[in-house]
Amino acid sequence: MEAALQTNVQTCYHCGDSCEDELIVAHDKAFCCAGCKTVYELLEENNLCTYYNLEEAPGTTGKKPLAEARFAYLDDAGVEAQLISFKDDNICKITFYTPQMHCSSCIWLLENLFKLNPGVSESTVNFLRKEVSLTYFHHKTTLREVVTLLARIGYEPEITLANTDGKKTSKPNRTIIYKLGIAGFCFGNVMLLAFPDYLAFTGDLQRTFGSFFGYLSFVLSIPVFFYSARGFFTSALEGIKQRMVNIDLPIATGLLALFITSIYQVVTATGPGYFDSFTGLVFFMLIGKYFQQKTYDTLSFDRDYTSYFPVSVTVLQESGEEEAVAVRNLKVGNRIRIRNQELIPADAMLLRGTATIDYSFVSGESEPVEKVVGEVIYAGGRQVGESIELEVVKEVSQGYLTQLWNDSVFSKNETQSVNTYANVAGKWFIIVTLIVAAGSLVYWVPRDMEMAMRAFTSVLIIACPCALSLATPFVHGHTLRVFGKNKFYLKNTAVVETLAKIDTVVFDKTGTLTEPSAAELSYNGKALTAEQQRSIKSVLSHSTHPLSQRIFQSLQGETFPVDNFQEFAGKGLVGEVNGNIIRIGSAAYIGISAGDAKDTLKTTVYVSFNGIVLGYYTFFNVYRQGLKDILTDLSDKKIAVLSGDNNHEQARLEELLGKEAALNFNQSPVQKLEYIQQLKNQHHQVMMVGDGLNDAGALRQSDAGIALTNSITNFSPSCDAILDATAFDRLSKFLSFSKTTMKIILATFAVSLVYNVIGLTLAVQGLFSPIVSAILMPISSLSVIIFATLSVKVAAKRAGL
Amino acid sequence: MYIIFLMIAISVTVAAAFLGAFLWAVRSGQYDDDYTPAVRMLFDNETATTGKGKDAKKSQGA
Repeated sequence: MEAALQTNVQTCYHCGDSCEDELIVAHDKAFCCAGCKTVYELLEENNLCTYYNLEEAPGTTGKKPLAEARFAYLDDAGVEAQLISFKDDNICKITFYTPQMHCSSCIWLLENLFKLNPGVSESTVNFLRKEVSLTYFHHKTTLREVVTLLARIGYEPEITLANTDGKKTSKPNRTIIYKLGIAGFCFGNVMLLAFPDYLAFTGDLQRTFGSFFGYLSFVLSIPVFFYSARGFFTSALEGIKQRMVNIDLPIATGLLALFITSIYQVVTATGPGYFDSFTGLVFFMLIGKYFQQKTYDTLSFDRDYTSYFPVSVTVLQESGEEEAVAVRNLKVGNRIRIRNQELIPADAMLLRGTATIDYSFVSGESEPVEKVVGEVIYAGGRQVGESIELEVVKEVSQGYLTQLWNDSVFSKNETQSVNTYANVAGKWFIIVTLIVAAGSLVYWVPRDMEMAMRAFTSVLIIACPCALSLATPFVHGHTLRVFGKNKFYLKNTAVVETLAKIDTVVFDKTGTLTEPSAAELSYNGKALTAEQQRSIKSVLSHSTHPLSQRIFQSLQGETFPVDNFQEFAGKGLVGEVNGNIIRIGSAAYIGISAGDAKDTLKTTVYVSFNGIVLGYYTFFNVYRQGLKDILTDLSDKKIAVLSGDNNHEQARLEELLGKEAALNFNQSPVQKLEYIQQLKNQHHQVMMVGDGLNDAGALRQSDAGIALTNSITNFSPSCDAILDATAFDRLSKFLSFSKTTMKIILATFAVSLVYNVIGLTLAVQGLFSPIVSAILMPISSLSVIIFATLSVKVAAKRAGL
Repeated sequence: MYIIFLMIAISVTVAAAFLGAFLWAVRSGQYDDDYTPAVRMLFDNETATTGKGKDAKKSQGA
């Protein structure tokens, strides 16, 4: 049956993967693995097959089944209390992050959880945040049962140490929406009341109701002044306190002048006031702020090691019993058990078992490292293979990796960049405004006192750079969206401006410049016959070691039966094929002395037949696609590489990057951080591109830290931007586009200046009236918004983004 | 023309009521997730046999 289907590979009914390695046919449907079939059966039994009707093959592959015992720690009352958000006599509420969620079928299934577990009373999905909020009856079911169920149907929630960091319920910030709503309401109504002013034939109406309209507008403007516009005043004040001028200072001055003049006019019955302009300005500027606030809900930019580490670990008691203990309570001297695919939470010494530690995320090392009993294993590695026993030698917070977070860069709050374009422009604005205002005073005071006051206030009002303050948020906001469409996710709009100033680019090597999942291999030595190749392949087929798997895949032919197969962990393999004893493994295992071994710095695997060494396989890193082009585009910038690895790739890197590039090998996480610090001290604007926890310090220290990740919902260290690995070849385009956007901002400034000049000309002559203001203000704001939007769109199209 | 006072009072009150409704809607979280509800409303209701969880399971098992 299987052979017949080989020609026409079926895809799994559950997850959509092709059933190449394995094909299970059950219920007239094809499944790629037992895991997928089990999920299907579970759903089918509970009449939940709508799941498969909503979307084609909506599931996630169940190929890697993990022991459900790993959820034992959820039975611990302490852990439970830290995770749930609400509990009373009857129910518990909890919110899980489930990154596997990807389609409407997922929403449907997760919201029908109560059919699978009657103890669940309600589940609600927030798809954008990839969260599912559950309410369950805690006397009918337990937290562990709920999590196990989720894991069983393919939506294992991500529960990490960060979840237990106190209740950081990240309430969405709705202040800006409230402010906008109130400003909009007041703007609309004040506008309506001001309308008779604009028309000539309503003079009569104006005389009768003028003061009523005036006072009503005043009342409506009060919440705008004290609530909606508050941000501008506080920001301006903060600027003054720090002895610097920001863009909000001229805005605050203008708003204040508008408001006070209007009150004066209404109270003294000398005019209708500018309340419509005032509320309108605040409304438009808040729109700009709102637009700028675009956030990526599913992405998290502020993660530290705690969101990578598990909540609990299995501790072995003196009596030999296993107990789930919260990672935070782990003490030096505790004996812990780490199973396949589990993370080592603290620096620990290996006591029993063969440790094959995958440090790919921590150090960027692509191959799992083998450790022997007695060696210290640093936290952050993932065990691949059998379960091992370790003794904790350092507490979690004192580990080699976590000590990075004790560095001062992590305790400092990010200070706002002072020299943004808008702030520089704001400084000039206030200077010019004050000169012009003083000039008009000097001119008018000897001639007409009333006119002098009017001109003076008008100048302050018109100088309010509302259009200017709209330019930056709109240009940046659109740039953020253009980048987002191209899988480059910025933390906030300020990053756009930082990117434009970058003059030094620092790359991490492994995992960033190189493709972590691929490695080229080459064979050196005596040429192998086809039969020898098949023999080697046969021996390798019995090993699950990643290096064995790689060589296995590169060899052609069918396998032979193997006798007397043995695997020596950390050394190599031996097996008998057709009477030949084949050994495959490290130089030392094959019996080559250190002096004769070639390319000792590279990862090599030797092969011997009946004791005669035939040759060795060497593994090369594969550099990411498009790297060459990016480097050519970045040639105007200083380039550096920081690698935690040894220098065996130096020659290849030099060839790629050119002689000027600084190459640094054997760098520890702290050294990486210090290197960036050093560059910054030389007044370079540094961008760091990295992918692992070991780059976290450098990413944080740099002006713009970019985390590269193969899947954006995966863990990525604290950074300013997250770049999807598939978009890596566009990195240089992103940089040059952010430069273009700065030019667009300048052009937008010019557009808005035109309006300010017209306004100022009228103002110094004392001709600036509420009606002029009411016309000029919306036109300037709208034209700036439109100009900014269009020019970013056009520029993006031209840049091919 | 004094009816204008009344008219304006009414118009502002109505507008304020809408503002109140808007603020309430924001506060109750209706604007937090603008995607899931749009998908959720398209899910068909289960047919009568599957509507009541436990009965459905029994009939399935039989």
